[in-house]
Amino acid sequence: MKLLTHNMLTSHVKGVVKGYPLVIKATEVKVNELEFNAQFVSRMIPKLEWSALIQAAEWLGQSQDLPSTLIPNYENDEEFLRKVHRILLEVEVIEGCLQCPESGREFPISKGVPNMLLDEGE
Amino acid sequence: MSCRRPEHMAPPEVYYNEEEAKKYSQNSRIMEIQTQMSERAVELLSLPEDQACYLLDVGCGSGLSGDHLSEVGHYWVGVDISTAMLDVALRREVEGDLVLADMGQGMPFRPGTFDGCVSISALQWLCNADKKTHSPPKRLYRFFSSLYSTLARGARAVFQIYPENSEQLELITAQAMKAGFTGGLVVDYPNSSKAKKFFLCLFAGVSGVLPKGLESEATGRGVSSQAQFTAQRSRFKNMRGKSVKKSKDWVVEKKERRRRQGKDVRADTKYTGRHRRPHF
Repeated sequence: MKLLTHNMLTSHVKGVVKGYPLVIKATEVKVNELEFNAQFVSRMIPKLEWSALIQAAEWLGQSQDLPSTLIPNYENDEEFLRKVHRILLEVEVIEGCLQCPESGREFPISKGVPNMLLDEGE
Repeated sequence: MSCRRPEHMAPPEVYYNEEEAKKYSQNSRIMEIQTQMSERAVELLSLPEDQACYLLDVGCGSGLSGDHLSEVGHYWVGVDISTAMLDVALRREVEGDLVLADMGQGMPFRPGTFDGCVSISALQWLCNADKKTHSPPKRLYRFFSSLYSTLARGARAVFQIYPENSEQLELITAQAMKAGFTGGLVVDYPNSSKAKKFFLCLFAGVSGVLPKGLESEATGRGVSSQAQFTAQRSRFKNMRGKSVKKSKDWVVEKKERRRRQGKDVRADTKYTGRHRRPHF
């Protein structure tokens, strides 16, 4: 599970109001290399919950001097975009779980795939 | 060729076991068909050119459609209910991120996340109740409403489907409309039973122009291969087959009816049912 996906994932259990952001408890993390696309990263930044991203990076020990608030004029800052690219697309949680901040319900992650299957009534 | 529909045999997470999943990485015919349909679905998405988009692949399975999305330069998240199929996708090292989920339970993503959605041969699985507690209309609605919310304004969702019958199609489109989508069905090669393909094209937040279905060169009959539905009622056709009240057609029909009843009716002239100025 990449952190870009994590930034978008939310608990969809019925009745849960604040199922975001899901707390990451990772037991295995991998870093891959992926081709850098500045345009895509730049376009995705406004869609992100920046604070959730920073927090996720911290949980994985991958903060790497990312600013806690978005810098203005980031579209032209390639160094910054590359850092964002790395944290969004190159860092992956392989094993662990995601925990709902409201209910505490856990969604396990196995082989990099989060299990979002709900039980009857959820 | 077997006439049985897979969704009648078992729920998807059971049907798509390891043996079935293997076909999606070994059977070249299956792979070719899936790839072709993925290409057509992306075409129908009409995404802005030369822009890498963030897409959702519903029922991504072994990642065949996802591979095409990656090839065109898009980033994607795939959702599927079968662990066996997702295992194949992992082995094939697809570039998209995978999520194990049941589409009938809703899409677990924040509002406005995706630039578009594709789904190849998956939606018909929602139309069958695999458990006693399943209600297909409820599951369809939960899926479509959550999808509507998670798509960016103006985004499209394209579903390649194998509708069993018109009732199933109506069930699907009714729930999609209820969830706020507009759009319609695009039919490619409507006259070829082998090549015929159905693509449900849905628009989130804006009314779009429905793309034209592909026609084989031999037809040329100009058969309409689209069925568009919108959130607005049609002003021109009454669902019960009668003309809209007070239109020229209605006036002419009513006069005929009264003649049949033996009543005295003025002859029809070029002024019959003519549109009058508002003060009338």
